[in-house]
Amino acid sequence: MAKSAPARRPRRPAPELQFGDLWPYDPAPETADPRIRPAYGLFIGGRFVEAESGERFDSINPANERKLTELARGGPVDVDAACRAAAAAFPRWSRLPGAERGKYLFRLARLLQDRAREFAVAETMDNGKPIRETRDFDVPSAAAHFFYHAGWADKLAYLAPGRTVAPLGVVGQVIPWNFPLLMLAWKIAPALAAGNCVVLKPASLTPLTAVKLAELLQEAELPPGVVNIVTGPGATGAHLLAHPLVRKVAFTGSTEVGKVILRSVAGAGKRLTMELGGKAANIVFADAPLDQAVEGIVNGIFFNQGQVCCAGSRLLVQESVAERVVAQLRRRLQVLRVGDPLDKNTDLGAIVSREQRDVIRGYLRAGVAEGAELWQAPFRAPARGFYVAPAVFTGVTQSHRIAREEIFGPVLSVLTFRTVEEAVEKANNTPYGLSAGVWTDKGSLILRLATELRAGVVWANTFNKFDPTSPFGGYKESGFGREGGRHGLLDYCAVT
Amino acid sequence: MRASSAPPALRRWFTAVGPVDRVGVEERVAKFTTRSIKKAAKVQGLKLAVSMVDLTTLEGKDTPGKVASLCRKALRPHDDPAVPPTAAVCLYPALVRAARRALGDRSPVRIASVATAFPSGQTALATRLAEVRRAVADGADEIDMVINRGAFLAGELGRVRDEIAAVVATCGPAALKVILEVGELETYDHIRAASCLALTELRPGDFIKTSTGKTGTNATLANTQVMLEAIRDHYLDTGIAIGMKPAGGIRTAKQALHFLVAVKETLGDAWLTPARYRFGASALLNDLVRQLEKERTGAYQAPYAFSEAAESY
Repeated sequence: MAKSAPARRPRRPAPELQFGDLWPYDPAPETADPRIRPAYGLFIGGRFVEAESGERFDSINPANERKLTELARGGPVDVDAACRAAAAAFPRWSRLPGAERGKYLFRLARLLQDRAREFAVAETMDNGKPIRETRDFDVPSAAAHFFYHAGWADKLAYLAPGRTVAPLGVVGQVIPWNFPLLMLAWKIAPALAAGNCVVLKPASLTPLTAVKLAELLQEAELPPGVVNIVTGPGATGAHLLAHPLVRKVAFTGSTEVGKVILRSVAGAGKRLTMELGGKAANIVFADAPLDQAVEGIVNGIFFNQGQVCCAGSRLLVQESVAERVVAQLRRRLQVLRVGDPLDKNTDLGAIVSREQRDVIRGYLRAGVAEGAELWQAPFRAPARGFYVAPAVFTGVTQSHRIAREEIFGPVLSVLTFRTVEEAVEKANNTPYGLSAGVWTDKGSLILRLATELRAGVVWANTFNKFDPTSPFGGYKESGFGREGGRHGLLDYCAVT
Repeated sequence: MRASSAPPALRRWFTAVGPVDRVGVEERVAKFTTRSIKKAAKVQGLKLAVSMVDLTTLEGKDTPGKVASLCRKALRPHDDPAVPPTAAVCLYPALVRAARRALGDRSPVRIASVATAFPSGQTALATRLAEVRRAVADGADEIDMVINRGAFLAGELGRVRDEIAAVVATCGPAALKVILEVGELETYDHIRAASCLALTELRPGDFIKTSTGKTGTNATLANTQVMLEAIRDHYLDTGIAIGMKPAGGIRTAKQALHFLVAVKETLGDAWLTPARYRFGASALLNDLVRQLEKERTGAYQAPYAFSEAAESY
């Protein structure tokens, strides 16, 4: 400001805020009982059964590396049994009146709400994400998906006006470890609403809430075989998706695995939905509401430790405000709390596994080696568990690996642009196209970019907003098919 | 932020200070309310909040006796000596002398007086300045002025700013708190623009303040956040640290702790002091004391266990 500038002595350090320990928060751990049994079997035909091989594997808590429970290691024989159970249940389930199927879904939604705290704690312990997120996002959103699709079950006649919709049969679903319960809800709810039967394989790193949900399925008295859950390694998922009884394949995970699956099921006449990786651009124009943009950037890349397929991992900021945005971002990250995921004040929890933590560290090294400037928020890592402090790379170019490859961690790459054309070009210069964010006060610019950005979701002045009514899915190597809304439901139906 | 000394045109000023997104700011502050403040952090926060209260009475029926009683309460909010005195008492100019008599000259509790035709400000500038002069002469340590909302909404920003400058000059040694009356500015864009405008005229130790408590909308976490961010931007630009005073509508200890979380996470440690942050409140004080007693004894006390409790039975 002109008036006071002359009063400032030239050598004095620039004023800075201090985020210290004057008023520290005490630990505030969530204490609800997650009710985890010492071991879980496969859920086939409405019952928990051991794997045919008798083998088991451990699920550990990534926040402290302690074992949580044991799970049956399903193999090809178990997958076959699950698919047969689903096929056997299909004729009755698909012919139930829609309103009856809807009742089961409503019941599941309510049961999940009743036990929301228990599921939130279990999810946090299994995945490492903060309790704030599982409590306020994962579990409520999962319940919302069941509620939404429960409403559709008796209204399928209106799904595609003038045409007839019918269920497909047995659906094979493989879901990732970043939103275990929510992805399960995204997959199961529309499949059941449309009258399909399901065999689902949760990620081997995070199977806990899926088998806990199987208990809810029993409690809801869902007919045996309508939903089967087979835990096990990636190979088990491949067996499932390639199984001849499976008429539709729904996969969420990495682009790399997605391609392998596509090759394996090619020519089998299966319906496919693929929700794969992303490298989303979050574009901030100079006229944007900057404080809210910074909040959106933080939410975009540090939500769930950045382990989100639609994470805003590339920040494109207009050069005239770049310095200010980056400075503000660093200030904001100083009050982002990293630590025990079960503490209600934790914003950033643990990375899902040692392997993933090491992958992220590898990218941090690669970014530095390629000449980008790394800044990390100050952070004291707990003695055990897999943690990465929020990281911001500046001076990143389009050819850096950290700007091209999906890192799946709390790592933000900052690039700048001068013109709208340059922003669009840089945003679209990626094999992916899952999501994008636009921050500007100018409505016409939002509409223009929504058209020009090659991404399945374009958020305007917000980021990472999801709703069961809104279809979600990608362009290019981010996959095809949609989940949520009318479009997502249609992907579980034969339309004639 | 100010390009020249010429009165800034409304539109140019809005461009200079930047917009605020309503949805975004309300989402941000919702996160403050999910912070869980327990045990030692709670006790420390509650005591800090007590020390930041501007214990307020702004009623037509106020009497010197009521003011004297309020001053005792401000000095000693509770029997427990571990509870600190409040930062100030806040009253109408006509009662400043009564407060000074009650508090004496070396009181830890400061006397804040509303002035400038509070709450509407609808009189001639000369009249408003005379009121300020009189309140300071009567012993006020701090002056709470209202801005000219009519001039602001009409786009006469130069006039709003010059009037603030005139009050600053008239205050002399007294600290100034500039009330934006957010309820009448209505949008966050307006609140940010008005905050930045006021900040250009203020001295270190002065404050900006949300509201008079006399309109429908008073302090909320969101409008306070917009003002905190304006204070932060001004400090980073100029090195001049201005204080913040949310007023009206903060009645519970839990609310007060959420407001302090916002300060801690937006402006940092240097603002967690009564010198830079105040609560304009009356009922809040007893709820803070009630919660402190609950932490100390493990049980909630009856309302009549606290002095000056309006809800006593």
